[in-house]
Amino acid sequence: MAEIKNYTLNFGPQHPSAHGVLRLVLELDGEVVERADPHIGLLHRGTEKLFEQKTYLQNVPYFDRFDYVSMMANEHAYALAVEKLMDVEVPERAQYIRVMYAELTRILNHCMWLGACALDIGAMTVFLYCFREREDIFDFYEEVSGARMHAAYFRPGGVSQDLPAGLLEKIKGFTDTFPTYINEYETLLTENRIWKQRNVDIGVVDKEAALAWGFSGPMIRGSGVAWDLRKTQPYDVYDKMEFDIPVGATGDCYDRYLVRVEEMRQSNEIIRQCVAWLADNPGSIKSDDARLSRPSRDSMKGDMETLIHHFKHFSEGYHVPEGEVYAAVEHPKGEFGVYLVADGSNKPYRMKVRASGFAHLEALDYMCRGHMLADVVAILGTQDIVFGEVDR
Amino acid sequence: MSDMNQNTDQRSDQKPMLDLACLQEHFGDAVLAISEGIDCPVVVLDRKSIIDVCHYLKDEMGFEIMIDLCGVDMSEYPGFMEGDARFEVVYNLLSIQHNKRLRLKVLLAERELINSAVEVWPTANWFEREAFEMYGIIFNHHPDLRRLLTDYGFEGHPMRKDFPVVGRAEMFFDEEQWRCVYRPNKVENRVLIQRTWPGVDRG
Repeated sequence: MAEIKNYTLNFGPQHPSAHGVLRLVLELDGEVVERADPHIGLLHRGTEKLFEQKTYLQNVPYFDRFDYVSMMANEHAYALAVEKLMDVEVPERAQYIRVMYAELTRILNHCMWLGACALDIGAMTVFLYCFREREDIFDFYEEVSGARMHAAYFRPGGVSQDLPAGLLEKIKGFTDTFPTYINEYETLLTENRIWKQRNVDIGVVDKEAALAWGFSGPMIRGSGVAWDLRKTQPYDVYDKMEFDIPVGATGDCYDRYLVRVEEMRQSNEIIRQCVAWLADNPGSIKSDDARLSRPSRDSMKGDMETLIHHFKHFSEGYHVPEGEVYAAVEHPKGEFGVYLVADGSNKPYRMKVRASGFAHLEALDYMCRGHMLADVVAILGTQDIVFGEVDR
Repeated sequence: MSDMNQNTDQRSDQKPMLDLACLQEHFGDAVLAISEGIDCPVVVLDRKSIIDVCHYLKDEMGFEIMIDLCGVDMSEYPGFMEGDARFEVVYNLLSIQHNKRLRLKVLLAERELINSAVEVWPTANWFEREAFEMYGIIFNHHPDLRRLLTDYGFEGHPMRKDFPVVGRAEMFFDEEQWRCVYRPNKVENRVLIQRTWPGVDRG
């Protein structure tokens, strides 16, 4: 009998279902994956090195580029880290705005994920449906920050500007119609025979494995661990929000799909609560701590010292006291953390970004073993990988 | 405002649950320092006992998840003296059952090895590969210590403080050889704003 050797297959780096630039070296036995070796770093930009050369304010836009489908959630972690280190209190209105936009971002991310993941598996229509709603959220981004994607809106100390007039009504209108759109996605997928055949019992991760591989977010909740930083370690005003955490039972791709769809509904509820509060409570949107915030333009025009302060704020930047802190948020993809070491100067000494996708992609080898080649795409899809954050 | 206070109160209520003194009892001199950081307790450890402590933390104290591992180059930190340990390896741990975080630190001199935590948390694998490639920290007994994020064949450890931001080599397409080649970098580092203003002490 002829000897049969394993076949090594190079997947990517420009494969459409690799969600960016992933080179995957797969060792196959027939069509069964024996080993998967992801080669990442094709989108590595050395952001952590660049952080050390830029002032704290200049570093904000870099965070949009990490996970470039959930921009404001990344900024949120950075803002929290700097605020923790400087011991600054953020006005309540700013906290509500941040929570509202963080949840809009979650919907934005999950829409992108659902569309792209379904497209990988062969369901084209969902992609078009999801991008329709993404467009609305991009409009909300644009109204509040001027940019459709890379907003740089969450700043240490609050947010950059208050909400423009009329925006809350638009967001409210969106939250009224969005649940019906989720029903549309579910009609297309949840009981779809092909969708179930491709996802049920694929990429099963049990509770122990999910912990060992450092999963977080929908990946760990899909495996049955009720862990959500918004509930367990609440930041901003999440402790005032009413929402539920969906948890999966088997830990397969289908559970993770269900968890994310339910998360969209819960996010919608949180946004509603924020809209209701924000409509009744005007106020400051930026901490008035002079160490961190720029002076108002009015006072700047009439006062020399304030003019100097304003100039120094934007040229030299503000100084963050010596120390180290780790701050994490419940990012749409999992735990997104920033470990910041400051030396008292106007630039971070070292800033490490903990991206959830990095740990998830690392477990791809574990999740793919024994599965068929076509399942790699389904597993990669439900991991919700974005290379901006994996490669940094 | 009041909520933030509430949060901190909750945190301080929960603190005694995490009994770090037992670490000192168990490992004695291997625990160099225990302090209360801004966000979570920080434990500084001797490099030789790190894996024993990690096993203990995971099995006895419930730190199931290693959230993050990273290197830090301390050589330009204020107060760094000749002869101090140059690198720090920082482990950020998370306990889901106790809802606690913990930070471990190991100080390393330039050529000292540290044992790999892959046997405790498999997720440490890539994080250690990243720390190795960025700082040149070598993790002993690591199953597969290759470079991870930089280009194939990249030389040097880019996150070290003495590595220039613009890099040491640039890639060009060579018309004669009809392929990409690396040449020494001619770009100079551009410093827009100085780290500290000369002559001004900002405390």
